[in-house]
Amino acid sequence: MGVTTFKGGVHPYEGKELAMDQPIQALTPKGLMVFPVSQHIGAPAKPIVAKGDHVLMGQKIAEAGGFVSAPVLSSVSGTVKSIEKVLTAGGALMDAIIIENDQQYEKIEGFGQDRDYTKLSREEIVNIVKDAGIVGLGGAGFPTAVKLMPKDPSKIDYFLVNGSECEPYLTSDYRDMLESPDELIGGLKVILSLFPNAKGKICIEDNKPEAIKLLSEKVKDEPNIEVVSLLTKYPEGGERQLMFAVTGRKINSSMLPADVGVIVDNVDTVISIYKAVCKSTPLVRRILTVTGDAVVNPGNFNVPLGTNYQELVDAAGGFKDDPAKIICGGTMMGNPMFKLDVPIGKNTSSIVALLEDEVLEEPTTACIKCGRCVNVCPSNLAPTLLLNDALMRNVDAFMELNGMECISCGCCSYVCPAKRPITASIKTMKLYSKDVLRKRAAEEKKREERAAAEKAHEKTEAPAEPKKEEVKKA
Amino acid sequence: MNKVLNLSSSPHVRDSITTSEIMRDVCIALLPTTIYGCIQFGVHALFVVIFSTLFAVLAEYCYEKAMKLPITIGDYSAAVTGLLIGLNCPPSIPIWIPCLGSVFAIIVVKQLYGGLGHNFMNPALAARCFLLLSFASKMTTWTVPGVDTMGGATPLAYLKASPDHTANLLALVFGRVPGTIGEVSKICILIGAIYLIIRDVISPKIPFIYIATVAIFVAIFGGRGFDLYYICSEIFGGGLMFGAFFMATDYVTSPITPKGQVIYAIILGVITGLFRLFGGSAEGVSYAIILTNIIVPTINKKTIPVAFGKEGAKK
Repeated sequence: MGVTTFKGGVHPYEGKELAMDQPIQALTPKGLMVFPVSQHIGAPAKPIVAKGDHVLMGQKIAEAGGFVSAPVLSSVSGTVKSIEKVLTAGGALMDAIIIENDQQYEKIEGFGQDRDYTKLSREEIVNIVKDAGIVGLGGAGFPTAVKLMPKDPSKIDYFLVNGSECEPYLTSDYRDMLESPDELIGGLKVILSLFPNAKGKICIEDNKPEAIKLLSEKVKDEPNIEVVSLLTKYPEGGERQLMFAVTGRKINSSMLPADVGVIVDNVDTVISIYKAVCKSTPLVRRILTVTGDAVVNPGNFNVPLGTNYQELVDAAGGFKDDPAKIICGGTMMGNPMFKLDVPIGKNTSSIVALLEDEVLEEPTTACIKCGRCVNVCPSNLAPTLLLNDALMRNVDAFMELNGMECISCGCCSYVCPAKRPITASIKTMKLYSKDVLRKRAAEEKKREERAAAEKAHEKTEAPAEPKKEEVKKA
Repeated sequence: MNKVLNLSSSPHVRDSITTSEIMRDVCIALLPTTIYGCIQFGVHALFVVIFSTLFAVLAEYCYEKAMKLPITIGDYSAAVTGLLIGLNCPPSIPIWIPCLGSVFAIIVVKQLYGGLGHNFMNPALAARCFLLLSFASKMTTWTVPGVDTMGGATPLAYLKASPDHTANLLALVFGRVPGTIGEVSKICILIGAIYLIIRDVISPKIPFIYIATVAIFVAIFGGRGFDLYYICSEIFGGGLMFGAFFMATDYVTSPITPKGQVIYAIILGVITGLFRLFGGSAEGVSYAIILTNIIVPTINKKTIPVAFGKEGAKK
């Protein structure tokens, strides 16, 4: 077994005890269902239903808008009320299909039927995953079918199931592993059938001994599957950190895991693949945690996609008191929410509601160059120097220091004794730098075109000059 | 929900450690050696330490008040500087000299360069060197502990002056020797250092490499060969231990990169050895540290860690 951890990282307050012993409850939505067309990385999906159409549960309502894209499926049966711009959890206005739930849950034909994956071809399996609308449910929302189609499937040596769940407070993957171990292993087997040389590894942080025990027991007769116990440290579940910890292989921001023969997927994603391939059940629900000290009954929920976040919070008993901050995701990398009236999507996350915002209480002071951020950075950067470049908007220096390799894990901001907003500034700077570099490339291209045009012009003009002189001489 | 939600970017949690907590820990770590010095050298030493600290804090307050800057005396950094200046003075020094040093350290070395975090030299050491150059005789008049006489030489000076001299190692370790108020008791310095290491304020890397380099340097160039007794006298003599644990580890003026810290400590050791063996004075720690402070930005620049996954790639 390889190393089971990485260099750097922090140990923030875990807060998992709030919800880790709460079994997953199914939530039945009452209100309107909202399906934004972009719930994944890549091109937005294109709606294929119109106002007034009757749709069934599991029916495709928007088709993939390109190769790196994913379709959107209805999680309920009902009538399309409208297609309009709505606010999403990330704060963007986005086209969304709004469906009035008829509470009948009429399913499309074949929904839920058993299927034997061993009789399916590679292409068939990938297409099922694609049509099921499955994307990475760990937060980024990368279309899973694309991941399952590397250039050379025989070069994939490892498929890692990311069950580390290193984000504080969140417990949905943990509950998922405890309650659906067979589906998880089933999904992994389906995936391994695509890659002849791949070994499956289920990677779990050692703060979840019950999940490690249960899954180790279940896979003891599987020659190709192993459970890996990881040191509990944030961000152990970061894709690059996890890969390094388990396989010793490293990638940077310009590479994909498949480039070094590894594919990583989250627990809920692997279970979704099992359901789609073996049970003909597309991605219409996901597991989310509602937790934090502001929540009356913290717990884990199986929620239909498109449900309003407010309903999810209500299912957990609502808030004890007005929360100071609601986070979509964990406390280290989650996004703050400005309101709860937004839909749950494939790329949105669990809810952590906190009564007090400890970040606001801390005044920012001068950097004392203690080097703590350098020590904890899992990407091995010098965050405090990147922060200076970010504040000065110095793109070249930022690139020189490999600022683009930052994974925004938040460790530097977490440890900073001066409470400086390092992660936030670097995040903004990454976007700014990308923009500047894009503009520079465009200008460079323009200049080259102009130079080429001038050259061509000179060539046509060159023979004309002697003529003029000849005329003068004459 | 009535309250407006906070929308700061992730991460939404912070470690509990703060700058003032770190500086307070340094003050606490300096207490054992301060107390020992004051008991050994008497009440005058206590006044030296109190007034140097007080003047450092006052200078910071007055400067920030005058320049209409936020008052930062609450972060203990000025107190640490003042305390270090006091501890770096001989016990018999006239009170006004360390006070002047404190004002110089805070205003000239620290605030004029932008305050906490922006000074390129350790303010306390820069002030000490300023005082050493300005008031050379007063800064090198030592009190022999236990005996009420002035003008004793430090053990290091003896070591340097006569090649046959051997220091009383036990007295060196416990501090029954002439020296500055804070540097004499190595036991008390180590107690403070262990406290800082346990509290994760300093890493033992810089002090250990620094001291080891000095030891190797004097073993090679000291002219006494591999004489363990002599090497130990050099390690425990003078301000090396005090400087290594409390001054060389100053965050602001030491490198932030792991590799840089190693290089920094080695350079410190070599320069200290040079000054001690070949320089005019038996001491060299203060000058070595402030000189090396100057090249820290360059060390940082040249030792930026290679980004994760970029090991093979060229820029």
